[in-house]
Amino acid sequence: MSKKLLMGNEAIAFGALRAGVSVVTGYPGTPSSEILDTVAKNNDGSVYVEWSVNEKAALEVAAGAAYAGARVLVTMKQVGLNASSDPLMCLNYIGVKGGMVIVVADDPGPISSQTEQDTRHFAKYAKLSLFDPSTPEEAYTMIADAFEHSEKYGQPVLFRPTTRVCHSCASIDILDDLPKKQAEGFIKDEKWVIFPRLSYNNHIKIQEDLLKMREDFSNYDKNLLTGSGKKGIAVGGVSYSYTLEALESLDINHKLLKVTTFPFPDKLALEFLTGLDEVLVVEELDPVIEEDLVRLCGLHNLNVKIKGQNTRNTPIAGEFTPESVEAAICKFFEEEIGESRNLKNTPNSSFLTPNSKAPPEIPGRAPSLCIGCPHRASFSAVKNATQGISAVYTGDIGCYTLGNTLGMVDTCLCMGAGITIAQGLHRIEPDTVHFAFIGDSTFFHSGITGIVNAVYNQSDIIVVILDNSTTAMTGGQPHPGTGVTMMGNVTEKIDIGNVVEALNITKLFRVDPFKAREARQAVTDAMALKGVRVIIFESPCIML
Amino acid sequence: MIFNCLIAGIGGQGIVLASKLLAAAAMNQGFEVRTTETIGMAQRGGSVVSHIRMGTQVFSPLIPKGKADIIIGFDPTEAVRQLSYLSQKGSLITYDGAADMMEYIETSIPGGVIISGESLKEKYSRMLNVALLGAATQSGIFPFDEKALLDVISEMPRYREENIEAFEIGKKLYHG
Repeated sequence: MSKKLLMGNEAIAFGALRAGVSVVTGYPGTPSSEILDTVAKNNDGSVYVEWSVNEKAALEVAAGAAYAGARVLVTMKQVGLNASSDPLMCLNYIGVKGGMVIVVADDPGPISSQTEQDTRHFAKYAKLSLFDPSTPEEAYTMIADAFEHSEKYGQPVLFRPTTRVCHSCASIDILDDLPKKQAEGFIKDEKWVIFPRLSYNNHIKIQEDLLKMREDFSNYDKNLLTGSGKKGIAVGGVSYSYTLEALESLDINHKLLKVTTFPFPDKLALEFLTGLDEVLVVEELDPVIEEDLVRLCGLHNLNVKIKGQNTRNTPIAGEFTPESVEAAICKFFEEEIGESRNLKNTPNSSFLTPNSKAPPEIPGRAPSLCIGCPHRASFSAVKNATQGISAVYTGDIGCYTLGNTLGMVDTCLCMGAGITIAQGLHRIEPDTVHFAFIGDSTFFHSGITGIVNAVYNQSDIIVVILDNSTTAMTGGQPHPGTGVTMMGNVTEKIDIGNVVEALNITKLFRVDPFKAREARQAVTDAMALKGVRVIIFESPCIML
Repeated sequence: MIFNCLIAGIGGQGIVLASKLLAAAAMNQGFEVRTTETIGMAQRGGSVVSHIRMGTQVFSPLIPKGKADIIIGFDPTEAVRQLSYLSQKGSLITYDGAADMMEYIETSIPGGVIISGESLKEKYSRMLNVALLGAATQSGIFPFDEKALLDVISEMPRYREENIEAFEIGKKLYHG
């Protein structure tokens, strides 16, 4: 056994390799991207790895392999699950043969996402079980548990780390590989074809299985119940580590429940609740554990006060910190602390005290496009060509969202939405010129359908494709336009210009944005036309 | 025992590598290690902060405010931005930069040291991270000696010699 410093995402990748994963698919998205990158880098050739064109494709490719009995892993960020919710919601009714673990990284803060959505709700909605690791080392072994659970019930399983698990490193004991099973192959059967009757029958089985899972998880060794007393703390995810950090400096009798799995481990939680007066729930994003505890108190007529987000005892938005958790815990134990005054660490140990000299005013340093980034040149061409013209610039997801600092992003919603939002805006304000900016990877992800929609419905917009030959924001992953795959193979390079021309657009312009005069002329020429015009600004990312 | 080091700078300065080197040195000494940093959108030219914690038992990956034993700044403004993390007795070592921030550090932070040298702007500009680690070892507050860190640097696959030189330069610059 050796010890290695691994980032949470690396731990998940090595955990999956150890568990004998055969197929890994995904779409890049912070904070999940390093999982698939790590599998690819440490692949002895026995694992099939692909960056899929989007999360829906990734989930479906993996599902197919799992139908054939292989262990499969899918990786994405939380908003990627929205894009793949169609197959996800149906897959539970069909089930899988090989273990299928869908890693969905949540991003409290949010640090680099559009939403603070909580995937634990998605698990409830889709009637799936979910594993929620609190540290990288827990994630490393939990992945194998998730595969086993998936195969036991023949269901896909969600695995939900958050940014501070994905992007923190820990010294981890590396364990031997588990025995790898051969995939049995696909066996034809009516059960693989979803029909209303089958869905009804399977719905009953799903509900019954969820009850069995509650039992399983009450005995799961990563769900913990410790301590004694009249007050209890219930905790999930990375908040567990902040809670331990805060409790270390207090010497107060308490019970502690750590929940790492859903459906909720009712039996274990009841044992926790029994004899308690009050509970503080410490969990980031939504009050999921909190509401399950309230449900149990109602069901079992328990007179236990449940405090958490709903009672405003913990923050209702944003990332938790050791400080915010310590503050909530100190308030919860206010009486006990007041009596014994056993706070070992004074809260004012910081260098910055009210008495210390205040530092000079610190200028903000917001993220911005790199110096020399081709997107800067592209934005500049459009900006210059539209001086004095009524124009609206719809944006999309990628580095180029940072064009907001240049006044070139008027809207941004979700992957692929810029092209379609521009069409809606133009229906209401036909005298304004609408530019929709989209990157190359986002174009393949979900931009093409928007252009098809525009041509079919005779819309009047200018689509600006910022082709920098990579998926830059997430660290430079390949995509269908790059001509390479994650298996290292050279593949057919899909030419974005050929794709859009095949869609019968009015006119295509291809130009190097650093040729300023030509770039500006292309924008001017495009504005002189009607219909769906496409400008592709082609220049590689400077990070390549 | 727990030792907390915070590294503050700007995306692209080699902060992640510096934290990996510190973590590796600590692990070789038998410490449990946790680190965490900002990655992704915030990294594009934005402030980057890395938390490195080592000890017999470490819970949170984030350093609680007021508990950093040392802040290593790749830029004085970025170091001052993280000052709420510094403990009262903590050290602050930073590369040079904005004059008002340097003056504040020199006059108001007892454990504050500015590292400045022409060689770090030219020949060793790409090894600023390793040079600053060398300087930081001279504060004498790490739970391991400089050799532990030098051993790890000596195992770097690329620019090994240059990095060792940068480490030594950093050490000298600490002493002025």
